[in-house]
Amino acid sequence: MKIVSYAIAAGLAVASFTTTASAADITGAGATFPFPIYAKWAEAYNKETSNRLNYQSIGSSGGIRQIRAKTVDFGATDAPLKGEELQKDGFVQFPAVMGGVVAVYNVQGVSAGQLKLTGEVLADIFNGKISKWNDAKIAQANQGVTLPNASITPVYRSDGSGTTSVFTTYLSQVSETWKSGPGVGASVQWPVGQGGKGNEGVAALVKQVPNSIGYVEYAYAKQNSIPFAQLQNKNGKFVSPEAKTFQAAAANADWKSAPGYGISLTNQAGDEAWPITAPTFILVPKNPEKPEQVAEALKFFDWSFKNGDKMAVELDYVPLPAQLKDQVRATWKSEIKNASGQPVFTQ
Amino acid sequence: MVALSQERLVSSAAAPARRSPPPSFDRLFRLASLASALLVLIVLLGIIGSMIYGGLPAFREFGFGFITSSVWNVNEDQYGAWVAIVGTLTTALIALVIGVPLSLGIAIFLTQLCPPWLKRPVATTIELLAAVPSIIYGMWGLFVFAPLFANYVQIPVSNIVEGMPIIGTILYARTPSGVGILTAGIILAIMIIPFIASIARDILDQIPSVLRESAYGIGCTTWEVVRNVLLPQAGVSIIGAIMLGLGRALGETMAVTFVVGNANRLSGSLFDPGSTIASRIANEFNEAIGLQLNALMALGCILFLVTFTVLVLARLLVSRVKVG
Repeated sequence: MKIVSYAIAAGLAVASFTTTASAADITGAGATFPFPIYAKWAEAYNKETSNRLNYQSIGSSGGIRQIRAKTVDFGATDAPLKGEELQKDGFVQFPAVMGGVVAVYNVQGVSAGQLKLTGEVLADIFNGKISKWNDAKIAQANQGVTLPNASITPVYRSDGSGTTSVFTTYLSQVSETWKSGPGVGASVQWPVGQGGKGNEGVAALVKQVPNSIGYVEYAYAKQNSIPFAQLQNKNGKFVSPEAKTFQAAAANADWKSAPGYGISLTNQAGDEAWPITAPTFILVPKNPEKPEQVAEALKFFDWSFKNGDKMAVELDYVPLPAQLKDQVRATWKSEIKNASGQPVFTQ
Repeated sequence: MVALSQERLVSSAAAPARRSPPPSFDRLFRLASLASALLVLIVLLGIIGSMIYGGLPAFREFGFGFITSSVWNVNEDQYGAWVAIVGTLTTALIALVIGVPLSLGIAIFLTQLCPPWLKRPVATTIELLAAVPSIIYGMWGLFVFAPLFANYVQIPVSNIVEGMPIIGTILYARTPSGVGILTAGIILAIMIIPFIASIARDILDQIPSVLRESAYGIGCTTWEVVRNVLLPQAGVSIIGAIMLGLGRALGETMAVTFVVGNANRLSGSLFDPGSTIASRIANEFNEAIGLQLNALMALGCILFLVTFTVLVLARLLVSRVKVG
């Protein structure tokens, strides 16, 4: 009796394996920042097509390593690869979704959204050059706000992260001293402040330490209602981070100006543009060894481009502009080919 | 005794009924267990080998300077382990300074002074403490302990010691955030207490009660018995237990990463943030490429070396006692 029931169970297990095997399993790995939206898209996609996406959010450089080793169908990275790297590895790179980084703060007597900072001041704070909240440079942009005579504690990401890379890219664009000092990178040598691990680590420190300032992904700050500062953009206007200002940053961008759409959306022109906006990228091989797998991956992103905008907005990401999506689709068609030179995926 | 011999009788009577396995089975069994034992050795050697192989480029690039330099700059590919080494040793030392007296107190209480009904609950609690995953200690440390520590220790202490020589530097918090080297040391102390306490308890339990009773018999007080009879007897074994705790404190990763503050700076103050070897690796490994990866591997080698030395010392001490 027992043996029979085991046999039935085994049979069921085999049957369930074979049914799922007939649907495609797509594997991807990389950036942690877009993980929530990829997971959401994958869930909806699975319901509609019964295809599954297995995405491991192991970090951008892990994603690049994995796709180089061909252990996944696509890699995901926050910091775009440069043209020559794409050439060398034979990758096609395209943006999937965008997000923003915001400066979160905990300053006594300053309510949420009240604080205004210029890019240069932000850089000077993280550089240790401005060390008090009532510094004249901060006060200048915040007339009418009582700033405490207290030391500033900058809080940064201690783990290597695409968020840090975006944030330091922005600081380098607005401050020469930052550019020649700590510079740009997934982890840099911070002259002052404290490090928290992950968005949650930074957020916890900012909440706990009076008179601190840190940076986290917009979605994280919003969902946890941590106060964030207004920033001055390239046009000199102070803007708040929100869907509208992220889209404004993307609208003015010249996506074709870098190979693989690898532009940075930080410090974009435009009256409404949020200055620390960033796309996150997908990498797939140009001439894949398993074209049908890459085709499935592209099919997933095509589906997400068509149906995923609302889900992205719900999770506080910014969908790509429609025109850009068409450009990306054209790139797929013209650049990703199978052994016989045919595009691996066409709609 | 009677019951035991009866049992023996029964089992020896039952034995012939069982088919004894063929002799070849014995050999096979021996081979299989030998293979299991060797596997551990091979894995260990493999890990050491691949760490050294991975870290070699960094050692080659920076030479001895890798250990003495305190620069850790990913952008310029300059790496030095000094800050992390100092942080590792300091946090472990703090953990020992706090954890060892507490552990010994627990062990002595449990073996000498505890009323029998309390023995089991206390001992079980201590052992449960060892079963708490380290990430829980980290989260508790960051979200619960750090704010309390900032408000009730860092701020008042800083206010008192501000301006004093030496102590005004060591215990002054420029930014009282609750996290830092001292917080990491305290969390580590809590984590190593169950290890040291339960081993020390076993050691004290093993001391023949004749010794203790004769000491009491000549009119010694409890303190005198503990101080002059038990501790000298158990001394070296307890040092072995402490070394095991130290080994854990040196290598602890997740909990420390949460509460150490993760700054690559040397500071005179225990309240300031720092970093340890393990926390540095946990932070940067995900996104590390090229020489940075090699440098992290090299850091791992150094940690391996330190921990290994500590464990070997512990083994030597313990075995010396057993022989003696």
